[in-house]
Amino acid sequence: MSEDAPKRAAELGIPEFPPDPADDFEWVPATRQVAGDLPEPPLIDWRTTSSSRRAFLRGVVCSGVAVSASAHLFTVRPSEARAAVRGVERLITLNINGKARRVDVPPSETLAQTIRYRLGLTGTKIGCNRAECGACTVLADDVPIYSCSTLTHQVRGKAITTVEGVAEPDGTLHPVQQAFIDELGPQCGFCTPGQVMSAVGLLKKNPAPTVDQARRALSGNLCRCGAYHHYLAGVMRAAGRA
Amino acid sequence: MTDYMHAFDLYVPASLEDAARLLEEHGENAWIVAGGKDSFDWFKDRHKQPQAVVDIGGLQELHGIRDHGSHIAIGATTTLTEMEESELLGEHFPVLTQAAAQVASPQIRNAGTIGGNVSQDTRCTYYRDGFPCYRAGGNACYANTPTAMNREHALFGVSRCVAVTPSDTAPALVALEAEMVISRNGTLRTVPSEEYFVGPDTDITRMTVLEAGDILVEVRIPWTWAGARSYFEKVADRQTWDFALVNIALVAKTEDNRVADARIACGGVQCTPRRLIEVEDLVKGETVGPDLETLAKRVAARGARALNYNQFKIPLVENLTARAVRSLA
Repeated sequence: MSEDAPKRAAELGIPEFPPDPADDFEWVPATRQVAGDLPEPPLIDWRTTSSSRRAFLRGVVCSGVAVSASAHLFTVRPSEARAAVRGVERLITLNINGKARRVDVPPSETLAQTIRYRLGLTGTKIGCNRAECGACTVLADDVPIYSCSTLTHQVRGKAITTVEGVAEPDGTLHPVQQAFIDELGPQCGFCTPGQVMSAVGLLKKNPAPTVDQARRALSGNLCRCGAYHHYLAGVMRAAGRA
Repeated sequence: MTDYMHAFDLYVPASLEDAARLLEEHGENAWIVAGGKDSFDWFKDRHKQPQAVVDIGGLQELHGIRDHGSHIAIGATTTLTEMEESELLGEHFPVLTQAAAQVASPQIRNAGTIGGNVSQDTRCTYYRDGFPCYRAGGNACYANTPTAMNREHALFGVSRCVAVTPSDTAPALVALEAEMVISRNGTLRTVPSEEYFVGPDTDITRMTVLEAGDILVEVRIPWTWAGARSYFEKVADRQTWDFALVNIALVAKTEDNRVADARIACGGVQCTPRRLIEVEDLVKGETVGPDLETLAKRVAARGARALNYNQFKIPLVENLTARAVRSLA
């Protein structure tokens, strides 16, 4: 539909938009090798800080569980008749990035809040919190969804993948992540985790997408820096490697 | 304070009977979610604060697209992506797969269901922002005043409220003569899609026939229009996320360049999907061509009454109709 857009606009009597540069997009593999031309950056051991932060957060999560568990001691147990139609239990097990995590979640909490504030996986961003920007995109059983508009209790039993879970355990980046770096995808980087998850979801379903399919798959992710072409080029580059 | 939703009890029934029992027990306090893409915005804004939220999204009996011989049944919790990718629907009813493919964004289509898409509330910004309008139980319309921003509002069927149907699949279902199957306390009833949607003259506080305790179970598509010529087009301010300013769905049977039968429905111009009956009557038996196109265009928006800022929708409806008729050539 995009090729006859001006004609369509004229026929429908709606004001004509300036031509969309994305219509002429054709992916040509970039010849530059950004990483190769630059000197190796000094090696910083991120692991030390991240593992200690993780340990700290684990402590926070566990203490939260303890508090809520002790709270049960002071509440009246529901009667047997009521128990039959009781709502969901707060304490649930989530399968996040291949790990089972026990977590205490109120029924009204969204998956994005649980991932960020209870599990400490802050790679997933909350942008609009209304399913309108895509920064919170995660995979549920390999399907991209907006975690800001999904209740955590709705994804029990599903395998959740966040941006922390796409790289190899040894730190090797996922082809999509590497391609986004090679194609200079991230500018401010806030939308990048969502773009990565959408792209990973696309390549899991369709390892060799066309440019149009890739553009459509990433259409649910806004980028205020406007680096859509870079991300699109990144997906096409990664498609050859994933 | 839109970060967190109010505290509610979440119920995840294991069967349709359990869901019905929960709805009966909680009455007006109960709220059904499946994908939740409409509901959670209401909850975050605190304009709706039901105490018991019943998640029917996991009910397998409400999920999937099946060929039942006399009709194709689409379970209410089937996602829009599943509809878009369904070979069964794509082969026989492309108008419906095209409509499903144009809803919102990929991630929303992955979670949003057909039941939710046809049962969602209107997107009138005044109503959504919590104004005490007619639809919210008040006694004024804030969208139909001299200064109101109403470019997305209705051209037809205005009765105090000027809100429009936001659904993309609804016009396609109306064109295909689909039927909605509704469960109430274990009893099933069938409602034609045209009667499923209700306008403000029938009940100003709801968009569908669903009442407290009702669950939309499935959508049935009869074989009547299988393999017919079809056309779907949506015009919105942006290609992703946005609701249609106007969308059009057409199915038609043609014989030797002559239209034997046709059904056309428009969304975004009235509170319910609007059947363009005058255009249908006009094109039946006629030869497709520029003359018919011109005539169809002339009658398409007859009776439309524009508000302050939505005059543009009148030529939009006319031109979309002309394009739909042209597609039959």
